[in-house]
Amino acid sequence: MAKLSNDSIIGRLNTRFEGRFDQIEASYGLLTIETGKEDILDVLEFLKTDGELQFGYLTDITAVHYPDLAKEFAVVYHLHSLVNNVRIRIKVFLDGAYPAIPTATVLWNGANWMERETYDFFGIQFIGHPDLRRILNVDDMEAFPMRKEYPLEDPNRMDKKDYFFGR
Amino acid sequence: MSDSVSKIKLTSNKPIYIDNDPQDELFTLNLGPTHPATHGVFQNVLQVDGERIVSGVSTIGYIHRAFEKIAERRAYYQITTLTDRLNYCSSPINNMGWHMTVEKLLEIELPKRVQYMRVIIMELSRIADHIICNGILGVDTGTFAGFIPMMVKREFIYEIFEEICGARLTTNIGRIGGFERDFNEVAFAKIRQFVKEFPAVLKEFEALLDRNRIFIDRTSGVAAVDPETALSYSWSGPILRATGVDYDVRANEPYSSYEEFDFEVPVGTNGDVYDRFLVRNHEMWQSLRIIEQALAKIEKEPKGVFHADVPDFYLPPKEQVYNNMEALIYHFKIVMGEIDAPKKELYHSVEGANGELGFYLISDGGRSPYRLHFRRPSFINYQMYAPMSSGMLLSDAIINMSSLNVIAGELDA
Repeated sequence: MAKLSNDSIIGRLNTRFEGRFDQIEASYGLLTIETGKEDILDVLEFLKTDGELQFGYLTDITAVHYPDLAKEFAVVYHLHSLVNNVRIRIKVFLDGAYPAIPTATVLWNGANWMERETYDFFGIQFIGHPDLRRILNVDDMEAFPMRKEYPLEDPNRMDKKDYFFGR
Repeated sequence: MSDSVSKIKLTSNKPIYIDNDPQDELFTLNLGPTHPATHGVFQNVLQVDGERIVSGVSTIGYIHRAFEKIAERRAYYQITTLTDRLNYCSSPINNMGWHMTVEKLLEIELPKRVQYMRVIIMELSRIADHIICNGILGVDTGTFAGFIPMMVKREFIYEIFEEICGARLTTNIGRIGGFERDFNEVAFAKIRQFVKEFPAVLKEFEALLDRNRIFIDRTSGVAAVDPETALSYSWSGPILRATGVDYDVRANEPYSSYEEFDFEVPVGTNGDVYDRFLVRNHEMWQSLRIIEQALAKIEKEPKGVFHADVPDFYLPPKEQVYNNMEALIYHFKIVMGEIDAPKKELYHSVEGANGELGFYLISDGGRSPYRLHFRRPSFINYQMYAPMSSGMLLSDAIINMSSLNVIAGELDA
């Protein structure tokens, strides 16, 4: 079977979501699109159930923290179409004050722990999640440790600052 | 065990908490965190009705070590040691996966010989990992006899690793751009010896269990999962293939020249414990085939090539560092992590022993990743354990956990 090209994925998405998503990049051949949190469930469901695309396999959900951006958090979904053997990455940027996004557990059971892990480390609320508790950290932890403001080592330690390396 | 529930209807992932009221005759059982039958730090709080599990809830995170956070302060070459400790039963696969991720970021093309060497290392560790899983599955179902000769062979694989890199368990094999040194003659001789001697042991192991009435009664139909449920839970690796889905990263997205090798992807039909056992056994045979082919391919390649020519990331030989200024500069720059990586974002995955091991790496051009996320197959495979256990006999749940082959290090990262 001919591999599904990124252009045809974009074309297929455009039939329903014209103007509601942006293509960010396609480095290393992996198509990355960005959409809003209002549309994410529709986009995921479309990708999963569309007869041509068939992105039925949820590889991963995680998040990234960009403290300098206006929308601080990016929730990143990796989907895989086992039939077409092609992957896609979907990003949703969220506000820093109250990061919340609809849950993907309605589409994939496997999203449960992935979202719990993302909540545990970034504090992102997955609305509608059946069991949104911390998973790897202790229950009474107050911080969200993968946020950039959470220090890893002694923050006064200077020897690893970037300006020592000419950056 | 014929009355064990084979098909479990998955309705809810929610734990049912019921007080220990003698009226309802349910009993709360703490299986773990350090239960000898779970082979690792796993806690499951089970509600049991006699021998039968009514509901369960898994608690994980007992050996969480914040690798993703630590990785944000480490230079790329320093992260290899973190990947060792993910799935510590087959750490070379993790090491290679990480090296390949960074090489993809830096767009380094490796010489063919190095790629074949990597294939040998990865397949040896796959065999080591499957030996553990299937050997332990035999122990959990009541026979120690198959376990011992298999473990002897696993020890032999560790001896090969020791010959190649000096370490056995947390190997830190290889560097970004190749291997730290060439495989020596002893290592090649030992690999050949392993390829020669292992089939007899594996055959004996299969003869002991494959058609064993007790073993089949104990495993067949236990914890059967259909492909739709397995895919919905994002399963990968041997347990997904046991349900009949032929997804293998080595075949779907070949890396390290896997496309040149002739091997099969074994699949099961029922997705039960017995099928998982068979799939793993067949994978060991396929791994042996791959190693044999790789040894033959290495013969045809120029000798003594064990790394790519990437002075920016591959440490120069020590004698040059002490006698040659340029080598000393490169050595210093590499060790301090001074060399910039391109600003890019990528996802790379390899077929780990338990499934798709993915590395999601975001580089901001600095000395360490801006964000690194490990897609850990054990973590994702294990989340189905508690819901699928409800309705199962306790003894079946134990062998179900063995056959999932969840490794605590990979579970918690």
